[in-house]
Amino acid sequence: MRRTRNRVISTVGTLFGVAVLVFVMLRAIPGSQITAGLGTEAAALTPAQRQALEQYYGLDQPLFTQFFSWLGNMVTGNLGYSARQQQSVLDLTLHSLPVTVELAVLSIVLALLIGVPLGMLAASRTNSPRDALGQLVSLAGLSVPAFLLATTLLSVFAASFGFNPNGQGFATLFEDPLLNLEQMLLPALVLGFGIAAPILRTTRTAVLEVRSNDFVRTARAKGVPERRLQVKHVLGNALVPIVTMTGLQFGYLLGGAVVVEQIFSVPGIGRQVLLGIQQKEYAVVQSTVLVIALAFVLVNLLTDVLYRIIDPRVRAS
Amino acid sequence: MPRGALSAAGVAAVLSIALTSCSSSSGPAPSTGGGASGKTLVVGVTSDPDTLFPWKATQFQAVNVLQNLYGTLTEFDKDLNVVPGLAESWQASDDGKKLTLKLRQGVTFADGSAFDSKDVKSSLDKIMDEKTAAVARASLSSVKSVEAPDAGTVVLELTGPDAALPANLATVNMAMLSSDDTEDKLNTTPNGTGPFKLKNRVASQSITLAKNDAYWGEKPKAPAVEFRVIPDESSIVSAMQSGNVQLAVFNDPLVAQTAQGGGTITVAKTPQLNYHVLQLNAQHGDLKDVNVRLAIQCAIDRKQVLDTAALGEGEVTGPITAPLFKSDPNKRPCPARDLAKAAEYLGKAGKSGGVTVKTIVSQGEYATSVNEAQNLKAQLAEAKINLDLEVLESGAFVDRWVAADFDAAVALNGGRPDPDGSYGRYFTSKGNLNKVAGYSSPELDKLFADGKATTEQAARKAIYDQVSAKLEENAPWIWLFSGYTYTATTAGVQGFVPMASGSLQFLRTTSVS
Repeated sequence: MRRTRNRVISTVGTLFGVAVLVFVMLRAIPGSQITAGLGTEAAALTPAQRQALEQYYGLDQPLFTQFFSWLGNMVTGNLGYSARQQQSVLDLTLHSLPVTVELAVLSIVLALLIGVPLGMLAASRTNSPRDALGQLVSLAGLSVPAFLLATTLLSVFAASFGFNPNGQGFATLFEDPLLNLEQMLLPALVLGFGIAAPILRTTRTAVLEVRSNDFVRTARAKGVPERRLQVKHVLGNALVPIVTMTGLQFGYLLGGAVVVEQIFSVPGIGRQVLLGIQQKEYAVVQSTVLVIALAFVLVNLLTDVLYRIIDPRVRAS
Repeated sequence: MPRGALSAAGVAAVLSIALTSCSSSSGPAPSTGGGASGKTLVVGVTSDPDTLFPWKATQFQAVNVLQNLYGTLTEFDKDLNVVPGLAESWQASDDGKKLTLKLRQGVTFADGSAFDSKDVKSSLDKIMDEKTAAVARASLSSVKSVEAPDAGTVVLELTGPDAALPANLATVNMAMLSSDDTEDKLNTTPNGTGPFKLKNRVASQSITLAKNDAYWGEKPKAPAVEFRVIPDESSIVSAMQSGNVQLAVFNDPLVAQTAQGGGTITVAKTPQLNYHVLQLNAQHGDLKDVNVRLAIQCAIDRKQVLDTAALGEGEVTGPITAPLFKSDPNKRPCPARDLAKAAEYLGKAGKSGGVTVKTIVSQGEYATSVNEAQNLKAQLAEAKINLDLEVLESGAFVDRWVAADFDAAVALNGGRPDPDGSYGRYFTSKGNLNKVAGYSSPELDKLFADGKATTEQAARKAIYDQVSAKLEENAPWIWLFSGYTYTATTAGVQGFVPMASGSLQFLRTTSVS
């Protein structure tokens, strides 16, 4: 009970901190919504014209008023309005958030499919060619920037195979599941490859550690088949650090999504933030960033819950 | 042996192969064209229009889309001559104080309502009203009032002759709107008299226009045009290679080269009205002295800037880039780089020891800015002129530029088909951008006034040649070069005519098979 209360308080505190930070940072960026829209043409505005525009965007209000009216609206579910897109930010987010969540989940799945097996493979015989392969993959995953991998994959696939689903209009999972999966494949691969590296390393270390435990030796002595031993006893016990690492990576995934969504023109929440910043659409950026922060907090919560399920020791404490 | 691991890796491989192979069977993008003949033309663009309201649209993307939806009183043809649009003809009175326009009959808006003089009067009155914050307001500064004596006639009462007015009426910022429409309504539902109507818009993804069957002019060739937002220019190239996009306009010479490299894409180069310029602020410090400005003028090899920053893709230019009024870049104080002369000018200014010029440069607004600035810095250093570069994010650059808070600025400026439209607002003492230009003189004021008052083309050309000469002799800005835009099309695209203004108005004559 107390635990839950503390959790709620710290969550609200975190979100408030994010709200203040993003509000202040946005206003610290030079250029206003007016100059962002009009560019150098803004120099030709007369004072009356400028005033009319400031009023329209609500920039004539004091900062304090702007902050609290936005936050107040936010609590009641009104995320603000995008003048550029002529849509409420809530509507925009309801369209873009599922896209990014789908992308993130796919990336995590791909990352786990790459990282865990390769990590186990690397751990199966240390300092062997397999281990070197694991090291190589994880090094590449950590060091190749997402934008480079993305553009390379795009041009290779487009030029050599004519495969470029992302050049078409975007299809959601419900409209056209097959096309949607095609469109998500490359971006998910790019994102997934980046996080496969830490997962691979964590898996390798965890497996090595678990294997050195007495219970593994005991189990093997008792004649548990090797495959069952590796999967149930070793992997099962190595899962805790892997889950932690995966949960952590999920947060970075939302950040990485900005670049990848931009290159593959995937209309997710990362692109929404980027467009908002470019256009100085304060309401869009502020609200979207808060939504992302909330998602991050929720994922952490979920990771905690998962621990308890997979590791009875955490439950007991 | 970790066989579990191996089988998991196998699953991943099978999954990716399966997904990839689905794609090859699904073939090219299905055409969503509504008409019986022809296919939807897909145009790749890097961003969404920032507004659908034509009077406030300055962003290139927005102008390109809106130009196909809205009609203007006059239009430009492919060579940038002013030709009839919604006005079939116009006639200035002998004293030049009255311009009478005869409107085209039988024109309707997209919603079916009729267009007449009442809509013209209401549009022009609102554009002139400061409260609407319409960006073209300054272009109507010579207009005192607008009368609509009958449904087919509009009379503009002017303060004096204004030869630039017909050209000024041709921009989409002067679009004719129905007097019943409001900005709020038009922001979501455009209602124009153009060759296309808005069919569908998916925010930040695509905007689709359908052919307007009631259009007064020649009907568009394609049943629909879709502007598809693909934020990255290289991603547009791959979309064209795989056949999902058929037309795109690039600014970056490197991207254009990549596009052409594949062999399936044709790239056409068009010289632009836009020009690259080093703007000096003649109100600031050492630059108040014309000799310092001329020293800078003489110390720069423009061809070198063009070659190093823009792969040589463009032409060295004088102030006026419009084809009918083009300045001769060889008629300037130092047509070729002349360091001795630069030193002489610095000596005259009493600055033989050198000067420092604080220069703002925008990053990200266009591809070549930083390279240009660095080359200029290197060249000027040899003449003891130190460019102190401040590279700014484009929002910050615009803020400083708008406030004229710089000694010098490396900029890419939009040119216009009429020199009065290009420079009247910068270099006349009452021009609304004069603060940014930082220079004006009674001679220039008079020349610009004469240019407006003269209607005969050869006489106007002579006047603007003098404007050009005055600008070069006083070197308020150092004109460098103008580049190209690159129109890339895939096989099967026909009838598109690129324009020096970068306009996509000829989408109406474009078809794709």
